[in-house]
Amino acid sequence: MNWQVIQRIVGLLLMMFSITMLPPIIISLLYEDNAWASFLFGFFLTIFSGLIIWLPARHSGNELRLRDGFLVVALFWVVLGIFGASPLYFSSQPNMSLTDAIFESMSGLTTTGATVLTGLDFLPKSILYYRQQLQWLGGMGIIVLAVAVLPMLGIGGMQLYRAETPGPIKDNKLTPRITETAKALWYVYLIFTILCACGYYLAGMNTFDAICHAFSTVAIGGFSTHDLSIGYFNNTAIELIGIFFMFAAGINFSLHFFTWRNKSFIHYFSDHEFKAYLKIILSISAFVVISLLLSDHLDNKNIPITGIFHAVSIATTTGFTTTDFANWPGALPIVLILASFIGGSAGSTAGGIKVIRFLLIYKQGVREIKRLVHPNAEIPVKLGNNAVSYRIVDAVWGFFSIYLIIFGFMLIAMMMVGLDQVTAFSAVAATLNNLGPGLGEVANGFMSMPNSAKWIAIVGMLLGRLEIFTLLVLFTPTFWRH
Amino acid sequence: MKILILGAGQVGSSAAEHLSREDSNDVTVVDTRTDILRELQDRLDIRTISGHASHPDVLKRAGAEDTDIVIALTDSDETNMLACQISSTIFNIETKVARIRSAAYMRTEELFNLEAIPVDFCLSPEQLVCDHIEQLIHYPGALQVLNFANGEVCLVAAKVNKDGSLVGQKISALKEHIPNTEGRIAAIYRDGQSLQPEGDTIIRSGDEVFFIAAKKDIRAFMSEMRKIDSPVRRVLIAGGGHIGVRLASALEDTNHVKIIERNPERAKIISEQLNKAIVLVGDAADEELLLEEDIDDVDIFCALTNAEEANILSAMLAKRMGASKVMALINRPTYADLVEAGTIDIAVSPKQITIGSLLAYVRGGDVVKVHSLRRGAAEAIEAIAHGSNKNSPVVGKKIEDIDLPHGCSIVTIVRGEEVIMAHHDTVIEQDDHVILFLTDRRNIVHLEKLFPKDID
Repeated sequence: MNWQVIQRIVGLLLMMFSITMLPPIIISLLYEDNAWASFLFGFFLTIFSGLIIWLPARHSGNELRLRDGFLVVALFWVVLGIFGASPLYFSSQPNMSLTDAIFESMSGLTTTGATVLTGLDFLPKSILYYRQQLQWLGGMGIIVLAVAVLPMLGIGGMQLYRAETPGPIKDNKLTPRITETAKALWYVYLIFTILCACGYYLAGMNTFDAICHAFSTVAIGGFSTHDLSIGYFNNTAIELIGIFFMFAAGINFSLHFFTWRNKSFIHYFSDHEFKAYLKIILSISAFVVISLLLSDHLDNKNIPITGIFHAVSIATTTGFTTTDFANWPGALPIVLILASFIGGSAGSTAGGIKVIRFLLIYKQGVREIKRLVHPNAEIPVKLGNNAVSYRIVDAVWGFFSIYLIIFGFMLIAMMMVGLDQVTAFSAVAATLNNLGPGLGEVANGFMSMPNSAKWIAIVGMLLGRLEIFTLLVLFTPTFWRH
Repeated sequence: MKILILGAGQVGSSAAEHLSREDSNDVTVVDTRTDILRELQDRLDIRTISGHASHPDVLKRAGAEDTDIVIALTDSDETNMLACQISSTIFNIETKVARIRSAAYMRTEELFNLEAIPVDFCLSPEQLVCDHIEQLIHYPGALQVLNFANGEVCLVAAKVNKDGSLVGQKISALKEHIPNTEGRIAAIYRDGQSLQPEGDTIIRSGDEVFFIAAKKDIRAFMSEMRKIDSPVRRVLIAGGGHIGVRLASALEDTNHVKIIERNPERAKIISEQLNKAIVLVGDAADEELLLEEDIDDVDIFCALTNAEEANILSAMLAKRMGASKVMALINRPTYADLVEAGTIDIAVSPKQITIGSLLAYVRGGDVVKVHSLRRGAAEAIEAIAHGSNKNSPVVGKKIEDIDLPHGCSIVTIVRGEEVIMAHHDTVIEQDDHVILFLTDRRNIVHLEKLFPKDID
């Protein structure tokens, strides 16, 4: 373990992160909401902490080992969650406890979107903006951003990049240099954000809401500046734009990159994960819309749009709502929550287990059936015409089982601190899948939960965002043994 | 520069390592073995693509469309040639380098041109290694002999021992010792650290000295550094692979050559290729065999098999049994460091030798030759100065006025036939071949700007 290097990089990242507290100060001064002092305080706290960590180690070398990468990423996300909470904690309005502030900050950064705040509409604008910005930074990954802008992370950047990006296959670089790859991803991300903000603005949001919601849409976060979420606007055009950008942000960003570079849409349809993702979203949407039409639970004229909006929002793990979907009839709420386990594609900003893993698991099931018919056949697991290596298939199974085990443990823990079954189940799903809203008592947020449940949720969100292994590997003896 | 390397074997992966270390290069490596690629990508900041190196779709995936140079280094000559052909025809890649092993292809020069097989530069690691060893045998006592300006000037690395006449004296004494020669000490490595040689630097026993001199003066210089070894007569080669056989056939007319090959069938084939050399079937680490073949009379023992561990062991054994000098092919720099100070006299690294000649083609400026020294830590470069007094950063300037990067020095200038040892007031003229010594490779980009390919 190369402590000096780890210390240097974490200090550096923290100083970089402190800069993100400056835009809210401008917003605060612009809207005269008197919250700027807490951001300024948070900024100085973060930059000086970063400086203190960085200074003693500033002359250390550049070499970052594989194991150091895991530690830097895991450590940084924990540290980030805490420092990101500082402006929320210092601010007099909302008046948050430390637990609540850290919950909100972590929920933002991990793009979960579960909140402990009520009365959002009356909060200072700068606080609202800051929450959305946290989601935006967490979406593509703040470490990926750091790799893009800090040239000194070039060496070892691949280690960090791999520990932070979701998905089972992480060796596909878009460009030979890792810095360029990270830059490309952030450019695509930025372009989507701008387009989404323009779309929202044209559809009728004001500038502030348009930018804020663009942040949380493209990041697949789910934070809103209103208690009623997207439902506040009651605007079909906004919902349609939301559907489009949530869907797009759930696609692997490297596909967007190649489409943009080669000016051809063929990349989407030659990608098997995308095709599966499309089918999953379409069938869930169809199921939701048909069930809603049959049940006449909603007397709203726009049942198809409402149904598709929720299907896309929950299945991609965004978590925007326009109505109270937790009270929908029949199996609908549980179907939606289960859909969030699949989540978006690998390499996107979505949470969940990821489509590619489910696709590979499904293909293995099909293979077993084929083997029963032809016991001597050699049947590889294939994506299109390419066989998938056994290593990846094994890794997918490993991930899946650990995911379920963790889910089980967290469910038990939640119930032990006093939550009922439905609430506990959906609370764990909402946090581990980085979804946001749950069912039962957590349908609108975690404000009524005991502190212990909030801490379990914080751990769940972090595990979900870092895809479990990055965090879990730190708790194994083999990691620390020399 | 965007570089595409085909084949991630020994040569391919070390080329990727060298090239990706320079910030301006974007390196992509193609190979069929995914485990090697994964290991490589963990270590280096490069992109890897798994697939067959000569398939157009694989090349396309590897970004061949906007690649500047393709380097085909797979172990199949045919794949390399085909990959260059495809790179040229379909992707219009400007520079194409191919590794060609088989001498049969190399002999037909009209083969490699734009109309036939578009390869700009054929790289034959076996031939390069063989030439290298041949020169070491020709100049006994040298660790490395590198040619510049078509062999007119040589850079020689030698270890100083106590019998050298310059030991314990200042460098400036060199002029009195051998008055009628032109030469210069370019660098000194003492305990692994580089020293900037000045007139009053004192040479010590154990130093590794790089000197540059005209070809005829090398022996005279050599005697300043160490006792001149008697010329090599009897050569024993262990390993009848590509390199061993080439070396044997190059030396068999002038020396007494024996070659040991373990595999009887292979031994039969090489015995048909060689005329005078004696082919022995057996194990190079077999004491009985070595004793029988009078190992204690051998002037140099060369362990040239593919297995570097076996090379080290058999060379150590030969040394203990009385061979006056032993040499081993060792690719891993750590191994070379381990053994070169001890029992093994010379460690030859095929990787380093190949990389050197490859680098000359990849460099941005008008570079004729690049030699990698000290296992890649330093480089000796031959570059051409273009332009006139007005537009060139070097032409018409005194050496002391040129803005050379740190750790870089101009050693020699070759002007037409003339070899000029550089002094601080030497003025560089148009089309001079300038030989530079670079101890810090990070400054290479700066150096390339001083010697651009063409000046508008």
